[in-house]
Amino acid sequence: MSALLKVENLRAAIDGKVILDGLSLEIPAGEVHAIMGPNGAGKSTLSYVLTGKPGYEVTGGGASLDGEDLMALAPHERATKGLFLSFQYPLEIPGVPALTFLRTALNAQHRARGEPEVAAPDFLRLVRAKAAALKIDFDMLKRALNVGFSGGEKKRMEILQMAVLEPRLAILDETDSGLDIDALRIVSEGVNALRAPNRSILVITHYQRLLDYIRPDKVHVLAAGRIVASGGPELALDLEREGYDKFAALAA
Amino acid sequence: MSLAEALTTGDLTRLPSRRDEDWRWSDLRGLIRVAPPPSPVWEGALPAGPFAALAAEEISLVNGRGPQALVVAPGETRTVTLRLISAPNSGAHLARLRIAVGAGAILTLLESHEGLGADYLVDNDLDITLSEGARMERVVAALDADTGVSVSMADVALSARAQFSQTILTGGARRQRLETRVIHPGREAEVRLDGIYELGERRHADITTSVTHEGAGGATSQLTKGVVSGQARGVFQGRIIVREGADQTDARMGHHALVLSDSAEVDAKPELEIYADDVACNHGNTIGALDAEALFYAQQRGLSEAEAKALLTQAFLNAVVDRIDHEGARDFARDWVAARMEARP
Repeated sequence: MSALLKVENLRAAIDGKVILDGLSLEIPAGEVHAIMGPNGAGKSTLSYVLTGKPGYEVTGGGASLDGEDLMALAPHERATKGLFLSFQYPLEIPGVPALTFLRTALNAQHRARGEPEVAAPDFLRLVRAKAAALKIDFDMLKRALNVGFSGGEKKRMEILQMAVLEPRLAILDETDSGLDIDALRIVSEGVNALRAPNRSILVITHYQRLLDYIRPDKVHVLAAGRIVASGGPELALDLEREGYDKFAALAA
Repeated sequence: MSLAEALTTGDLTRLPSRRDEDWRWSDLRGLIRVAPPPSPVWEGALPAGPFAALAAEEISLVNGRGPQALVVAPGETRTVTLRLISAPNSGAHLARLRIAVGAGAILTLLESHEGLGADYLVDNDLDITLSEGARMERVVAALDADTGVSVSMADVALSARAQFSQTILTGGARRQRLETRVIHPGREAEVRLDGIYELGERRHADITTSVTHEGAGGATSQLTKGVVSGQARGVFQGRIIVREGADQTDARMGHHALVLSDSAEVDAKPELEIYADDVACNHGNTIGALDAEALFYAQQRGLSEAEAKALLTQAFLNAVVDRIDHEGARDFARDWVAARMEARP
C-alpha cells in the first residue's frame, strides 16, 4: 500500500536555526501514527512546515500528500487537498461566530474542489449532530470562535472542525495539553470516530496518556529534528518508563 | 476659518489649513487653489437613494437646494431618509438643514451623502436639537466620489434624558471631513457616536467628534473602527470635555484601525479634558495590522489569503455595525461592509 503522507529527508529552519534535520516518515492510508518527543525536538515545527505556516524555511527534502508535492502549495490549497491541523493553541477569531467560520471554511474547500456548496439547512443538521457527539452546546457555536472558550472547549472545537471538514490527513498537535480526563475522553472518542480506511491521523504528543485513548498503529520518536526510532504502540510505553534520554543520545 | 466661510465669501484664504490644529491632517487650503463654480440647479432625474427601501419619508437637498427644516412633533415617531446629493452637474455649494426632535419623540434619520458628480466642493451643515426625552438615531452613509471634497458638520444639542446615537459609514473622498459636535447636558442624557471608515487607493476620510458634558449624570460611548489600504489616509479626532460640575459622567471612547499597506496612514488624536470629580472616563486607541496567526489559522481551514483577510477585516468592522439599533440600517451597514471587502483588489 502506498503512503498517504510521505515525508522525505525534510530539513527546515526558522530564523536560520535548523529545527528539522532530515526527517523521514510515511503514513499509509487508514493508519494512526504517533510522534513523541521531548520539548524542542521539532514536533510543532513539523506540523507547521507540513501545513505551510509562514516563517519556516524548507532547506531540503520534501513532503507529499497522495503523491502531490505539499511544499509547492499555498496553505489553503494544502487544506483543500485534505490536510488538517488541530492547533496546540487554537486561535481566537473575534467577531466571527464559530458557525460562520466553519461554514465559510467548508464552502471554500468545496468551491476549490469544484464541489457544490453545502446549503444552510444541511450544514446546520451536520454540525448539530457532530457537536452533540462532542458534547458541545450548540449555542456556543453562535459565539465568536474560541473567544472566551476554555482550553477544553477550544480543543473540542478543533475536533468539531475536523469532523465537519473530513480531511484525508489530520495532524493533532498536543491535543491532550490542557485537557482534564473527561475532556480527554470526549476528544479521543471524537477522533476515534473519524478513523477510516481512507483517512490517516498523525498524533503529536509529549505524553503517552493520550495514546491510551487513541491507539496508534505506529509510534515514532522525534529527537533533534529526526525520527530516531519507530515501533508499535509498545514503544510509547517504553518511553513513558525510560524517558527520552536514550533517544536523545541516538540523535546526537 | 471654515469651508462655509470660504464658500460664502469666495475668499479661499478662509479655508482651514494644516496650520489649524484641528485640521492638520485634513488640509483644505493647500488642496483647493481654485473653487469650482457654484452648483447650478439640477433638473434631471436622480437614482433611488441607498436607504429608499427603509423609510417611507424622504427629504432631498440637491446641490444644496431643498427644505430647510425637519421638525418632529412631540411624541411622534418617524423614520426619514435624508439625501444630501451632489448632482452630476455639481460644483460648489452649501447644504443646510435644521432638525428639531420634540419632547418624547423618536426620529430615525437615515442620511446619505451622494456624490454623483465630480470635482465638487460641498459643505453640509446640520443643526440638530433634541428636546427632553427625545430619541434620535442617525446613520450616515457617506458615499462621496473619488474626486469630491466634502465637509459635513452636525451640531447636536440635547436636553435632559434625550438619547442621540450615531453611526457614520464612509469610504472617503478626495478629502472628506465628517464632524459631530455634541453639547451634552448630563441629566441622564445618553450619547453614542460610532463610525467606520474603509479607505483604499488615495482616499481620505476624517471623523472628528467633540462632546462637551456640561451637567452631571451623562453618558457617552464612542467606537470608531477603520481600515486603510493603498495610499489612503484615515483620521480620527475625538474630544470629550467634562466641565466642572459634570460629575458622574461616564464617557468611553475607542478608536481602532487596521493599516493594510505600507503607504496607507492613520492619524488619531483622542483627547479627554476633565474638570470634574467622580467621573468614569477612558479611551483606547490601537493601530495595527491583521493578526498573522489568525490569518494562518483561517488559511489552514481552507480560506485563501484574500478570503481570510476579508473575513477578519469584516469581523473587525462589524463590531461597530452590531451597535446600530435600527434593524434595516444594521443590515444595510453589514452589506455595505461586505461589498467593500469584495471590491478590494
